[in-house]
Amino acid sequence: MLLITCPWCGPRPEIEFAARGEAHVARAAPDADGEAIAAALYLRSNTRGLLAERWRHVYGCGRYFNAVRHTVTDKFVATWRVGESRPDLGGEGTR
Amino acid sequence: MADLTALPARVEDFAGLAPLDHGSRFTAAPLVPATRFVFRGREAAIEAATAAFGLALPRTACRAAETADRAALWLGPDEWLLLAPDGEGEAIAAAFREIAAPHSLVDVSHRNTGLDLSGSEVAAVLNAGCPLDLHLAAFPVGMCTRTLFAKAEIVLWRRAVDRFRLECWRSFAPYVHGVIADAALEYTDEG
Repeated sequence: MLLITCPWCGPRPEIEFAARGEAHVARAAPDADGEAIAAALYLRSNTRGLLAERWRHVYGCGRYFNAVRHTVTDKFVATWRVGESRPDLGGEGTR
Repeated sequence: MADLTALPARVEDFAGLAPLDHGSRFTAAPLVPATRFVFRGREAAIEAATAAFGLALPRTACRAAETADRAALWLGPDEWLLLAPDGEGEAIAAAFREIAAPHSLVDVSHRNTGLDLSGSEVAAVLNAGCPLDLHLAAFPVGMCTRTLFAKAEIVLWRRAVDRFRLECWRSFAPYVHGVIADAALEYTDEG
């Protein structure tokens, strides 16, 4: 079973987690036109490689956290708490 | 007309299910009815809660603190499960009402029910439904966490090397009991 390291609880089985999609998606401005709002809502980078995501330890501490995951190998390169700065991944990762 | 102000008598749902007794290898006993609260709050409220509950809420992830008859289980960085003997709910709620800092205190006494699991094979039985590493090095005595048991959400608390407290929602009790009963078949004393 894939182990995911929750930044609060430590390494835990994958089934305790919920994937919550790509991280750091900028919201559209309140006065943006429809296309910009649609892009912010629906368009994602669809990266092949390292992707920053939000995950939630739903059957554990319940916290949202940040993760960088490789979308081909499913390897979690790093996880960190909301509000903390992103660890140095040596120039790897997207966005 | 029914008296809606009176709370129904507290029932521990596991108490109505067949006892699981395989001697020293594995035994599951229903818990006696208890008062349970879920407390959530930030720094100021957490400190005030220590005075209100008479027990310092553990700040280390996945650890429980207990006194003779009360316990606080860390569920998340701002969330605790508070356990106390049956009948103390009113007094606890009254004490928390004095806390000025924003917080929430929800009585889940009737929502939850629990089992006391013990025996030399208790970790193996739990691992039939729970994928956590229950080795003492990874899950030491005093550790507690919310997790999954088969398809049911549970709170698991290690009380001793071969003794756990399992809490789950009451509607999951027959299901959790069934999974445990199946898993425990492997560890009857007769072998």
